Amino acid sequence: MHPAVSVIFFTVTSGAGLGMIFLLGLGFPVEASAAWVFFVSLVAGGLTVAGLLASTFHLGHPERAWRALSQWRSSWLSREGIAAIVTLVLFGIYVLIWMATGSRYQLLGLLAALGAVLTVFTTSMIYAQLKTVPQWHSRLTPLVYGGFALGSGWLLASALGTHQAPEFWGVALIALAWGAKWLWWARAGRNRLADRGSSPETATGLGFIGKVRLLERPHTGENYLTKEMVHRIGRKHARTLRILALVLGGVVPAAILAIVGLSGAPSLLNLVAAVSMLTGLLAERWLFFAEAEHAVSLYYGHR
Amino acid sequence: MTSLPERTEKRLGLVIDLDTCVGCHACAVNCKEWNTSAGASPLSDVDAYGADVSGAWLNRIHTFEVTPEDAPAQIVHFPKSCLHCDDAPCVTVCPTGASHKRPEDGIVLVSEDLCIGCGLCAWACPYGAREMDPVENVMKKCTLCVDRIYSKVLPEEDRVPACVRTCPSSARHFGDFNDPQSAVSRLVAERGGIDLMPEMETRPVNKYLPPRPKTRAQSSATPARDSAPTPKADGFLGWLDAALDKLG
Repeated sequence: MHPAVSVIFFTVTSGAGLGMIFLLGLGFPVEASAAWVFFVSLVAGGLTVAGLLASTFHLGHPERAWRALSQWRSSWLSREGIAAIVTLVLFGIYVLIWMATGSRYQLLGLLAALGAVLTVFTTSMIYAQLKTVPQWHSRLTPLVYGGFALGSGWLLASALGTHQAPEFWGVALIALAWGAKWLWWARAGRNRLADRGSSPETATGLGFIGKVRLLERPHTGENYLTKEMVHRIGRKHARTLRILALVLGGVVPAAILAIVGLSGAPSLLNLVAAVSMLTGLLAERWLFFAEAEHAVSLYYGHR
Repeated sequence: MTSLPERTEKRLGLVIDLDTCVGCHACAVNCKEWNTSAGASPLSDVDAYGADVSGAWLNRIHTFEVTPEDAPAQIVHFPKSCLHCDDAPCVTVCPTGASHKRPEDGIVLVSEDLCIGCGLCAWACPYGAREMDPVENVMKKCTLCVDRIYSKVLPEEDRVPACVRTCPSSARHFGDFNDPQSAVSRLVAERGGIDLMPEMETRPVNKYLPPRPKTRAQSSATPARDSAPTPKADGFLGWLDAALDKLG
Protein backbone atom coordinates (compact mmCIF):
# COMPACT_ATOMS: atom_id res chain seq x y z
CA MET A 1 0.00 0.00 0.00
CA HIS A 2 1.07 3.55 -0.69
CA PRO A 3 2.28 5.14 2.58
CA ALA A 4 0.49 8.52 2.53
CA VAL A 5 2.35 10.97 4.77
CA SER A 6 -0.89 12.63 5.93
CA VAL A 7 -2.33 9.32 7.17
CA ILE A 8 0.94 8.28 8.85
CA PHE A 9 1.16 11.64 10.62
CA PHE A 10 -2.54 11.48 11.55
CA THR A 11 -2.46 8.03 13.15
CA VAL A 12 0.73 8.72 15.13
CA THR A 13 -0.09 12.20 16.47
CA SER A 14 -3.78 11.62 17.14
CA GLY A 15 -2.78 8.35 18.86
CA ALA A 16 -0.44 10.23 21.22
CA GLY A 17 -3.04 12.95 21.83
CA LEU A 18 -5.77 10.43 22.56
CA GLY A 19 -3.41 8.48 24.84
CA MET A 20 -2.90 11.69 26.81
CA ILE A 21 -6.64 12.41 26.91
CA PHE A 22 -7.18 8.88 28.22
CA LEU A 23 -4.64 9.34 31.02
CA LEU A 24 -5.75 12.87 31.96
CA GLY A 25 -9.36 11.71 31.99
CA LEU A 26 -8.45 8.87 34.33
CA GLY A 27 -6.89 11.42 36.68
CA PHE A 28 -3.18 11.55 35.76
CA PRO A 29 -1.79 14.12 38.24
CA VAL A 30 -1.07 17.58 36.83
CA GLU A 31 0.01 20.58 38.89
CA ALA A 32 -3.16 22.50 39.67
CA SER A 33 -2.33 25.90 38.17
CA ALA A 34 -5.02 26.77 35.64
CA ALA A 35 -2.48 28.00 33.08
CA TRP A 36 -0.48 24.77 33.21
CA VAL A 37 -3.63 22.63 33.05
CA PHE A 38 -4.61 24.63 29.98
CA PHE A 39 -1.21 24.06 28.39
CA VAL A 40 -1.11 20.31 29.08
CA SER A 41 -4.67 19.87 27.82
CA LEU A 42 -3.85 21.96 24.77
CA VAL A 43 -1.03 19.57 23.91
CA ALA A 44 -3.37 16.56 24.27
CA GLY A 45 -6.24 18.12 22.34
CA GLY A 46 -3.93 19.85 19.86
CA LEU A 47 -2.17 16.64 18.85
CA THR A 48 -5.53 14.94 18.33
CA VAL A 49 -6.93 17.85 16.30
CA ALA A 50 -3.70 18.18 14.28
CA GLY A 51 -3.94 14.51 13.43
CA LEU A 52 -7.58 14.79 12.40
CA LEU A 53 -6.84 17.84 10.26
CA ALA A 54 -3.90 16.07 8.62
CA SER A 55 -6.17 13.15 7.77
CA THR A 56 -8.47 15.45 5.80
CA PHE A 57 -5.52 16.49 3.60
CA HIS A 58 -5.57 13.17 1.79
CA LEU A 59 -9.24 13.59 0.88
CA GLY A 60 -10.17 14.49 -2.66
CA HIS A 61 -12.87 16.83 -1.33
CA PRO A 62 -11.98 18.03 2.21
CA GLU A 63 -14.85 20.56 2.09
CA ARG A 64 -17.30 17.66 2.19
CA ALA A 65 -15.59 15.97 5.17
CA TRP A 66 -18.58 16.65 7.43
CA ARG A 67 -20.59 14.15 5.38
CA ALA A 68 -18.36 11.40 6.81
CA LEU A 69 -20.28 11.58 10.10
CA SER A 70 -23.45 10.12 8.60
CA GLN A 71 -22.80 6.39 8.09
CA TRP A 72 -21.95 5.20 11.60
CA ARG A 73 -24.21 2.16 11.19
CA SER A 74 -21.85 0.47 8.78
CA SER A 75 -18.62 2.44 8.39
CA TRP A 76 -15.67 2.38 10.80
CA LEU A 77 -14.35 5.57 9.23
CA SER A 78 -17.61 7.32 10.01
CA ARG A 79 -17.61 5.95 13.57
CA GLU A 80 -14.06 7.22 14.03
CA GLY A 81 -15.04 10.75 13.04
CA ILE A 82 -17.95 10.78 15.48
CA ALA A 83 -15.94 9.21 18.32
CA ALA A 84 -13.12 11.74 17.85
CA ILE A 85 -15.45 14.74 17.93
CA VAL A 86 -17.43 13.49 20.94
CA THR A 87 -14.20 12.73 22.81
CA LEU A 88 -12.76 16.16 22.10
CA VAL A 89 -15.96 17.91 23.21
CA LEU A 90 -16.15 15.87 26.44
CA PHE A 91 -12.48 16.49 27.13
CA GLY A 92 -12.87 20.21 26.40
CA ILE A 93 -15.71 20.56 28.93
CA TYR A 94 -13.73 18.48 31.45
CA VAL A 95 -10.73 20.81 31.11
CA LEU A 96 -12.86 23.98 31.31
CA ILE A 97 -14.44 22.81 34.57
CA TRP A 98 -11.01 21.80 35.86
CA MET A 99 -9.53 25.22 35.05
CA ALA A 100 -12.49 27.14 36.43
CA THR A 101 -12.97 25.25 39.70
CA GLY A 102 -9.55 23.74 40.26
CA SER A 103 -11.10 20.32 40.78
CA ARG A 104 -11.66 17.54 38.27
CA TYR A 105 -15.13 16.23 37.49
CA GLN A 106 -14.38 12.52 37.63
CA LEU A 107 -17.36 11.15 35.70
CA LEU A 108 -16.71 13.48 32.76
CA GLY A 109 -13.04 12.48 32.84
CA LEU A 110 -13.94 8.80 32.69
CA LEU A 111 -16.28 9.44 29.77
CA ALA A 112 -13.53 11.32 27.89
CA ALA A 113 -11.12 8.45 28.62
CA LEU A 114 -13.67 5.94 27.28
CA GLY A 115 -14.13 8.14 24.21
CA ALA A 116 -10.37 8.16 23.62
CA VAL A 117 -10.26 4.35 23.79
CA LEU A 118 -13.15 4.08 21.33
CA THR A 119 -11.57 6.59 18.95
CA VAL A 120 -8.26 4.72 18.79
CA PHE A 121 -10.16 1.45 18.39
CA THR A 122 -12.27 2.79 15.51
CA THR A 123 -9.14 4.16 13.81
CA SER A 124 -7.48 0.76 13.98
CA MET A 125 -10.64 -0.99 12.73
CA ILE A 126 -10.53 1.05 9.51
CA TYR A 127 -7.48 -1.06 8.67
CA ALA A 128 -8.27 -4.24 10.59
CA GLN A 129 -11.62 -4.66 8.78
CA LEU A 130 -10.03 -5.01 5.32
CA LYS A 131 -9.97 -8.61 4.08
CA THR A 132 -8.12 -7.33 1.03
CA VAL A 133 -5.00 -6.70 3.16
CA PRO A 134 -4.52 -9.92 5.19
CA GLN A 135 -1.59 -8.46 7.16
CA TRP A 136 -3.94 -5.84 8.62
CA HIS A 137 -6.98 -8.09 9.01
CA SER A 138 -6.24 -9.12 12.59
CA ARG A 139 -7.32 -8.52 16.18
CA LEU A 140 -3.73 -7.58 16.92
CA THR A 141 -4.07 -4.38 14.84
CA PRO A 142 -6.33 -2.60 17.40
CA LEU A 143 -4.02 -3.86 20.16
CA VAL A 144 -0.97 -2.32 18.50
CA TYR A 145 -2.70 1.01 17.83
CA GLY A 146 -3.95 1.11 21.42
CA GLY A 147 -0.58 0.13 22.87
CA PHE A 148 1.32 2.82 20.98
CA ALA A 149 -1.30 5.48 21.76
CA LEU A 150 -1.05 4.69 25.46
CA GLY A 151 2.76 4.45 25.45
CA SER A 152 3.40 7.72 23.61
CA GLY A 153 0.57 9.45 25.50
CA TRP A 154 2.08 8.35 28.79
CA LEU A 155 5.50 9.76 27.87
CA LEU A 156 3.99 13.17 27.09
CA ALA A 157 1.76 13.16 30.18
CA SER A 158 4.61 12.14 32.48
CA ALA A 159 6.86 14.87 31.07
CA LEU A 160 4.26 17.60 31.57
CA GLY A 161 2.35 16.32 34.60
CA THR A 162 3.43 15.77 38.18
CA HIS A 163 4.01 12.32 39.52
CA GLN A 164 6.20 10.40 41.93
CA ALA A 165 8.73 8.07 40.31
CA PRO A 166 6.39 6.15 38.05
CA GLU A 167 9.01 5.73 35.29
CA PHE A 168 8.69 1.99 35.81
CA TRP A 169 5.14 2.26 34.44
CA GLY A 170 6.36 4.05 31.34
CA VAL A 171 8.94 1.35 30.62
CA ALA A 172 6.26 -1.32 31.14
CA LEU A 173 3.82 0.42 28.79
CA ILE A 174 6.46 0.83 26.07
CA ALA A 175 7.51 -2.80 26.47
CA LEU A 176 3.89 -3.99 26.25
CA ALA A 177 3.24 -1.90 23.13
CA TRP A 178 6.32 -3.26 21.38
CA GLY A 179 5.49 -6.76 22.56
CA ALA A 180 2.12 -6.42 20.78
CA LYS A 181 3.86 -5.03 17.69
CA TRP A 182 6.33 -7.93 17.76
CA LEU A 183 3.42 -10.38 17.73
CA TRP A 184 1.81 -8.33 14.93
CA TRP A 185 4.97 -8.51 12.83
CA ALA A 186 5.30 -12.24 13.43
CA ARG A 187 1.67 -12.78 12.41
CA ALA A 188 2.00 -10.49 9.38
CA GLY A 189 4.93 -12.59 8.18
CA ARG A 190 2.74 -15.69 8.28
CA ASN A 191 -0.36 -14.06 6.80
CA ARG A 192 0.53 -12.84 3.37
CA LEU A 193 -1.92 -13.16 0.48
CA ALA A 194 -0.56 -16.55 -0.51
CA ASP A 195 -0.89 -17.87 3.05
CA ARG A 196 -4.55 -16.89 3.03
CA GLY A 197 -5.14 -18.80 -0.21
CA SER A 198 -5.21 -15.84 -2.59
CA SER A 199 -3.12 -16.10 -5.74
CA PRO A 200 -3.25 -15.13 -9.41
CA GLU A 201 -5.02 -18.49 -9.85
CA THR A 202 -7.93 -17.59 -7.54
CA ALA A 203 -7.94 -13.97 -8.76
CA THR A 204 -8.52 -15.11 -12.35
CA GLY A 205 -10.31 -18.40 -11.66
CA LEU A 206 -7.88 -20.02 -14.12
CA GLY A 207 -6.04 -22.18 -11.61
CA PHE A 208 -7.86 -25.29 -12.85
CA ILE A 209 -5.86 -25.05 -16.10
CA GLY A 210 -2.44 -24.44 -14.62
CA LYS A 211 -0.07 -21.84 -13.29
CA VAL A 212 -1.13 -18.24 -13.98
CA ARG A 213 1.31 -15.44 -14.85
CA LEU A 214 0.61 -11.89 -15.95
CA LEU A 215 1.74 -11.54 -19.55
CA GLU A 216 0.63 -8.00 -20.30
CA ARG A 217 -0.75 -5.22 -18.12
CA PRO A 218 -3.91 -3.46 -19.26
CA HIS A 219 -2.02 -0.18 -19.56
CA THR A 220 1.53 0.87 -20.25
CA GLY A 221 1.79 3.56 -17.55
CA GLU A 222 0.81 3.68 -13.92
CA ASN A 223 -2.77 4.14 -12.74
CA TYR A 224 -4.51 4.83 -9.44
CA LEU A 225 -4.47 1.14 -8.53
CA THR A 226 -0.78 0.60 -9.15
CA LYS A 227 0.17 3.84 -7.39
CA GLU A 228 -2.09 3.27 -4.39
CA MET A 229 -2.18 -0.49 -3.89
CA VAL A 230 0.61 -2.11 -5.88
CA HIS A 231 3.11 0.30 -4.35
CA ARG A 232 6.39 -1.41 -3.53
CA ILE A 233 9.04 1.31 -3.53
CA GLY A 234 8.41 1.94 0.18
CA ARG A 235 9.62 -1.57 1.03
CA LYS A 236 13.15 -0.86 -0.17
CA HIS A 237 14.51 0.10 3.24
CA ALA A 238 12.19 -2.10 5.28
CA ARG A 239 14.93 -3.68 7.41
CA THR A 240 16.63 -0.40 8.28
CA LEU A 241 13.29 1.24 9.04
CA ARG A 242 12.24 -1.61 11.30
CA ILE A 243 15.44 -1.26 13.33
CA LEU A 244 15.03 2.54 13.39
CA ALA A 245 11.43 2.15 14.61
CA LEU A 246 12.48 -0.23 17.36
CA VAL A 247 15.45 1.85 18.52
CA LEU A 248 13.84 5.32 18.38
CA GLY A 249 10.40 4.09 19.32
CA GLY A 250 11.32 1.63 22.06
CA VAL A 251 14.94 1.39 23.19
CA VAL A 252 15.77 5.11 23.42
CA PRO A 253 12.59 6.16 25.30
CA ALA A 254 12.93 3.23 27.71
CA ALA A 255 16.60 4.13 28.35
CA ILE A 256 15.73 7.79 29.01
CA LEU A 257 12.96 6.72 31.38
CA ALA A 258 15.37 4.43 33.22
CA ILE A 259 17.94 7.23 33.56
CA VAL A 260 15.30 9.67 34.80
CA GLY A 261 13.91 7.11 37.22
CA LEU A 262 17.27 6.06 38.64
CA SER A 263 19.05 9.43 38.73
CA GLY A 264 16.13 11.54 39.87
CA ALA A 265 16.64 13.90 36.91
CA PRO A 266 13.66 16.20 36.15
CA SER A 267 10.83 14.30 34.50
CA LEU A 268 10.66 16.99 31.81
CA LEU A 269 13.44 14.90 30.21
CA ASN A 270 10.67 12.43 29.36
CA LEU A 271 9.76 14.91 26.62
CA VAL A 272 12.90 13.82 24.77
CA ALA A 273 11.74 10.22 25.18
CA ALA A 274 8.32 11.19 23.82
CA VAL A 275 9.77 12.92 20.74
CA SER A 276 12.02 9.93 20.11
CA MET A 277 9.11 7.51 20.40
CA LEU A 278 6.90 9.54 18.07
CA THR A 279 9.71 9.63 15.50
CA GLY A 280 10.12 5.87 15.79
CA LEU A 281 6.37 5.41 15.43
CA LEU A 282 6.42 7.39 12.17
CA ALA A 283 8.83 4.77 10.82
CA GLU A 284 6.67 1.96 12.24
CA ARG A 285 3.54 3.43 10.61
CA TRP A 286 5.35 3.90 7.28
CA LEU A 287 6.12 0.18 7.28
CA PHE A 288 2.54 -0.64 8.31
CA PHE A 289 1.45 0.75 4.95
CA ALA A 290 4.47 0.11 2.76
CA GLU A 291 4.78 -3.59 3.63
CA ALA A 292 1.07 -4.34 3.31
CA GLU A 293 0.11 -6.46 0.30
CA HIS A 294 -3.24 -5.73 -1.33
CA ALA A 295 -5.25 -8.36 -3.20
CA VAL A 296 -5.35 -6.19 -6.31
CA SER A 297 -1.61 -6.72 -6.76
CA LEU A 298 -2.45 -10.28 -7.86
CA TYR A 299 -3.87 -8.83 -11.09
CA TYR A 300 -0.64 -6.91 -11.63
CA GLY A 301 1.92 -9.67 -11.64
CA HIS A 302 2.47 -10.15 -7.93
CA ARG A 303 2.74 -13.65 -6.51
CA MET B 1 -27.28 4.49 3.28
CA THR B 2 -24.18 2.37 3.06
CA SER B 3 -25.70 -0.69 4.67
CA LEU B 4 -26.27 -3.40 2.08
CA PRO B 5 -29.81 -4.38 1.05
CA GLU B 6 -30.88 -7.85 2.32
CA ARG B 7 -31.68 -8.87 -1.24
CA THR B 8 -32.22 -6.97 -4.44
CA GLU B 9 -35.23 -7.27 -6.72
CA LYS B 10 -33.06 -7.84 -9.77
CA ARG B 11 -29.39 -8.78 -9.83
CA LEU B 12 -28.12 -7.11 -12.97
CA GLY B 13 -24.63 -7.98 -14.07
CA LEU B 14 -22.32 -9.28 -16.76
CA VAL B 15 -21.13 -12.65 -17.94
CA ILE B 16 -17.65 -12.47 -19.44
CA ASP B 17 -16.62 -15.33 -21.69
CA LEU B 18 -12.87 -15.92 -21.35
CA ASP B 19 -13.09 -18.48 -24.14
CA THR B 20 -14.11 -15.99 -26.81
CA CYS B 21 -12.51 -12.75 -25.61
CA VAL B 22 -9.82 -11.79 -28.12
CA GLY B 23 -8.27 -9.04 -25.99
CA CYS B 24 -9.01 -6.19 -28.42
CA HIS B 25 -9.77 -3.66 -25.63
CA ALA B 26 -12.79 -2.38 -27.60
CA CYS B 27 -15.02 -2.80 -24.51
CA ALA B 28 -12.67 -0.62 -22.43
CA VAL B 29 -12.46 2.02 -25.16
CA ASN B 30 -16.22 2.20 -25.69
CA CYS B 31 -16.73 2.25 -21.91
CA LYS B 32 -14.38 5.21 -21.60
CA GLU B 33 -16.03 6.98 -24.52
CA TRP B 34 -19.58 6.52 -23.23
CA ASN B 35 -18.86 7.26 -19.60
CA THR B 36 -16.68 10.29 -20.22
CA SER B 37 -19.42 12.04 -22.16
CA ALA B 38 -22.64 10.92 -20.48
CA GLY B 39 -24.23 11.43 -17.09
CA ALA B 40 -21.81 12.44 -14.33
CA SER B 41 -18.42 14.16 -14.55
CA PRO B 42 -15.96 13.12 -17.29
CA LEU B 43 -13.53 10.23 -16.85
CA SER B 44 -10.36 12.25 -16.71
CA ASP B 45 -6.92 11.58 -18.12
CA VAL B 46 -3.73 13.30 -17.06
CA ASP B 47 -0.92 13.94 -19.53
CA ALA B 48 -2.91 11.93 -22.09
CA TYR B 49 -0.46 12.59 -24.95
CA GLY B 50 2.69 12.90 -22.87
CA ALA B 51 5.24 10.55 -21.35
CA ASP B 52 3.48 9.92 -18.04
CA VAL B 53 -0.04 8.94 -19.10
CA SER B 54 -2.53 8.21 -16.35
CA GLY B 55 -6.30 8.30 -16.01
CA ALA B 56 -9.48 6.77 -14.69
CA TRP B 57 -11.00 3.81 -16.52
CA LEU B 58 -13.90 1.61 -15.46
CA ASN B 59 -12.82 -1.45 -17.37
CA ARG B 60 -9.31 -2.88 -17.83
CA ILE B 61 -8.15 -5.82 -19.91
CA HIS B 62 -5.33 -7.88 -18.45
CA THR B 63 -3.63 -10.66 -20.39
CA PHE B 64 -2.50 -13.77 -18.56
CA GLU B 65 -0.39 -16.73 -19.56
CA VAL B 66 -1.65 -20.03 -18.12
CA THR B 67 0.68 -23.00 -18.16
CA PRO B 68 -0.72 -26.50 -17.60
CA GLU B 69 1.69 -29.06 -16.19
CA ASP B 70 1.60 -31.26 -19.29
CA ALA B 71 0.90 -28.90 -22.18
CA PRO B 72 2.19 -25.68 -23.73
CA ALA B 73 1.13 -22.33 -22.22
CA GLN B 74 -2.03 -20.60 -23.40
CA ILE B 75 -3.03 -16.95 -23.42
CA VAL B 76 -6.20 -15.75 -21.69
CA HIS B 77 -7.43 -12.19 -22.13
CA PHE B 78 -9.13 -11.04 -18.99
CA PRO B 79 -11.47 -8.01 -18.94
CA LYS B 80 -12.12 -6.74 -15.42
CA SER B 81 -14.66 -4.21 -14.20
CA CYS B 82 -16.92 -3.88 -11.15
CA LEU B 83 -18.55 -7.21 -10.27
CA HIS B 84 -21.50 -5.55 -8.43
CA CYS B 85 -21.01 -7.95 -5.48
CA ASP B 86 -23.92 -9.02 -3.29
CA ASP B 87 -21.68 -8.49 -0.25
CA ALA B 88 -19.91 -5.42 -1.59
CA PRO B 89 -17.25 -4.37 0.97
CA CYS B 90 -16.79 -1.08 -0.90
CA VAL B 91 -20.31 -0.05 0.12
CA THR B 92 -20.20 -0.70 3.86
CA VAL B 93 -16.85 1.07 4.40
CA CYS B 94 -18.06 4.34 2.83
CA PRO B 95 -18.36 7.03 5.52
CA THR B 96 -20.62 9.39 3.58
CA GLY B 97 -23.23 7.20 1.92
CA ALA B 98 -21.87 8.03 -1.54
CA SER B 99 -21.17 4.38 -2.27
CA HIS B 100 -24.40 2.40 -2.39
CA LYS B 101 -26.04 -0.73 -3.77
CA ARG B 102 -29.46 -0.21 -5.30
CA PRO B 103 -32.19 -2.44 -3.83
CA GLU B 104 -34.11 -2.50 -7.12
CA ASP B 105 -31.42 -3.91 -9.42
CA GLY B 106 -28.28 -4.50 -7.31
CA ILE B 107 -26.12 -2.02 -9.22
CA VAL B 108 -23.32 -0.57 -7.07
CA LEU B 109 -23.00 3.17 -7.67
CA VAL B 110 -21.15 6.22 -6.34
CA SER B 111 -23.07 9.47 -5.82
CA GLU B 112 -20.33 11.82 -6.91
CA ASP B 113 -21.65 14.87 -5.05
CA LEU B 114 -21.45 12.94 -1.75
CA CYS B 115 -18.00 11.41 -2.33
CA ILE B 116 -15.16 12.93 -0.28
CA GLY B 117 -12.48 11.00 -2.18
CA CYS B 118 -11.06 9.19 0.87
CA GLY B 119 -10.25 6.11 -1.20
CA LEU B 120 -11.29 3.58 1.44
CA CYS B 121 -13.76 1.85 -0.91
CA ALA B 122 -10.95 1.20 -3.38
CA TRP B 123 -8.90 -0.33 -0.54
CA ALA B 124 -11.85 -2.57 0.37
CA CYS B 125 -12.31 -3.90 -3.18
CA PRO B 126 -10.16 -6.95 -3.97
CA TYR B 127 -10.70 -6.58 -7.73
CA GLY B 128 -9.40 -3.08 -8.38
CA ALA B 129 -12.78 -2.08 -9.75
CA ARG B 130 -12.63 1.48 -8.45
CA GLU B 131 -10.32 4.24 -9.56
CA MET B 132 -9.98 7.76 -8.20
CA ASP B 133 -10.52 10.36 -10.88
CA PRO B 134 -7.29 12.40 -10.99
CA VAL B 135 -9.09 15.62 -11.91
CA GLU B 136 -12.53 15.33 -10.32
CA ASN B 137 -11.03 13.77 -7.13
CA VAL B 138 -14.01 11.47 -6.66
CA MET B 139 -14.21 7.69 -6.95
CA LYS B 140 -15.21 6.31 -10.35
CA LYS B 141 -16.57 2.87 -11.09
CA CYS B 142 -18.64 0.85 -13.55
CA THR B 143 -22.30 1.93 -13.45
CA LEU B 144 -23.40 -0.95 -15.65
CA CYS B 145 -24.23 1.96 -17.98
CA VAL B 146 -27.29 2.74 -15.88
CA ASP B 147 -28.02 5.63 -18.26
CA ARG B 148 -28.17 3.27 -21.27
CA ILE B 149 -30.00 0.25 -19.89
CA TYR B 150 -33.01 2.26 -18.69
CA SER B 151 -32.92 4.77 -21.56
CA LYS B 152 -36.21 5.56 -23.27
CA VAL B 153 -34.46 7.38 -26.10
CA LEU B 154 -31.90 4.89 -27.32
CA PRO B 155 -32.94 2.18 -29.77
CA GLU B 156 -33.85 -1.10 -28.05
CA GLU B 157 -30.64 -2.88 -29.08
CA ASP B 158 -28.50 -0.16 -27.50
CA ARG B 159 -30.07 -0.53 -24.06
CA VAL B 160 -27.20 -2.66 -22.80
CA PRO B 161 -23.88 -1.57 -21.28
CA ALA B 162 -21.50 0.02 -23.79
CA CYS B 163 -18.94 -2.78 -23.34
CA VAL B 164 -21.52 -5.44 -24.17
CA ARG B 165 -22.83 -3.54 -27.18
CA THR B 166 -19.39 -3.08 -28.70
CA CYS B 167 -17.77 -6.48 -28.11
CA PRO B 168 -16.95 -7.87 -31.57
CA SER B 169 -16.67 -11.47 -30.39
CA SER B 170 -19.79 -11.50 -28.18
CA ALA B 171 -17.70 -12.31 -25.13
CA ARG B 172 -19.81 -10.06 -22.91
CA HIS B 173 -23.44 -10.66 -21.92
CA PHE B 174 -25.75 -8.55 -19.80
CA GLY B 175 -28.82 -9.62 -17.85
CA ASP B 176 -30.63 -10.40 -14.62
CA PHE B 177 -29.09 -13.18 -12.53
CA ASN B 178 -32.21 -13.40 -10.35
CA ASP B 179 -34.12 -14.74 -13.37
CA PRO B 180 -33.08 -18.37 -13.85
CA GLN B 181 -34.35 -18.25 -17.45
CA SER B 182 -32.29 -15.20 -18.47
CA ALA B 183 -29.54 -15.68 -21.04
CA VAL B 184 -26.86 -14.89 -18.45
CA SER B 185 -28.22 -17.39 -15.91
CA ARG B 186 -28.39 -20.11 -18.54
CA LEU B 187 -24.86 -19.37 -19.78
CA VAL B 188 -23.52 -19.61 -16.23
CA ALA B 189 -25.34 -22.91 -15.67
CA GLU B 190 -24.25 -24.44 -19.00
CA ARG B 191 -20.65 -23.30 -18.98
CA GLY B 192 -19.88 -23.45 -15.25
CA GLY B 193 -19.49 -19.72 -14.60
CA ILE B 194 -17.03 -18.89 -11.84
CA ASP B 195 -16.57 -16.25 -9.12
CA LEU B 196 -13.30 -14.34 -8.85
CA MET B 197 -11.49 -14.67 -5.52
CA PRO B 198 -14.32 -16.45 -3.69
CA GLU B 199 -12.11 -16.49 -0.57
CA MET B 200 -12.75 -12.75 -0.18
CA GLU B 201 -16.44 -13.57 0.47
CA THR B 202 -17.75 -10.71 -1.67
CA ARG B 203 -20.26 -12.91 -3.57
CA PRO B 204 -19.77 -11.21 -6.95
CA VAL B 205 -22.76 -10.99 -9.30
CA ASN B 206 -20.65 -10.90 -12.48
CA LYS B 207 -19.52 -14.34 -13.57
CA TYR B 208 -16.64 -15.48 -15.77
CA LEU B 209 -16.97 -18.38 -18.21
CA PRO B 210 -13.74 -20.40 -18.15
CA PRO B 211 -11.91 -21.15 -21.42
CA ARG B 212 -13.09 -24.41 -23.01
CA PRO B 213 -10.50 -27.24 -22.86
CA LYS B 214 -7.97 -27.14 -25.70
CA THR B 215 -7.63 -30.11 -28.01
CA ARG B 216 -4.39 -31.86 -27.20
CA ALA B 217 -2.00 -33.44 -29.73
CA GLN B 218 -2.25 -37.26 -29.70
CA SER B 219 1.45 -37.94 -29.18
CA SER B 220 3.62 -35.99 -26.85
CA ALA B 221 6.87 -37.39 -28.34
CA THR B 222 9.36 -34.80 -29.59
CA PRO B 223 9.17 -34.18 -33.36
CA ALA B 224 11.14 -36.63 -35.51
CA ARG B 225 13.35 -33.92 -36.99
CA ASP B 226 15.16 -33.43 -33.68
CA SER B 227 15.62 -37.06 -32.76
CA ALA B 228 16.73 -38.48 -36.17
CA PRO B 229 20.52 -39.03 -36.54
CA THR B 230 22.33 -36.37 -38.58
CA PRO B 231 23.07 -37.73 -42.08
CA LYS B 232 26.77 -38.29 -42.88
CA ALA B 233 28.32 -35.77 -45.24
CA ASP B 234 31.10 -36.53 -47.75
CA GLY B 235 33.49 -34.46 -49.89
CA PHE B 236 34.45 -31.04 -48.61
CA LEU B 237 31.67 -31.01 -46.00
CA GLY B 238 32.85 -34.43 -44.76
CA TRP B 239 36.42 -33.13 -44.40
CA LEU B 240 35.14 -29.98 -42.59
CA ASP B 241 32.99 -32.12 -40.30
CA ALA B 242 35.99 -34.30 -39.39
CA ALA B 243 38.28 -31.27 -38.92
CA LEU B 244 35.78 -29.56 -36.61
CA ASP B 245 35.32 -32.80 -34.66
CA LYS B 246 39.10 -32.84 -34.02
CA LEU B 247 38.99 -29.28 -32.73
CA GLY B 248 36.50 -30.50 -30.18
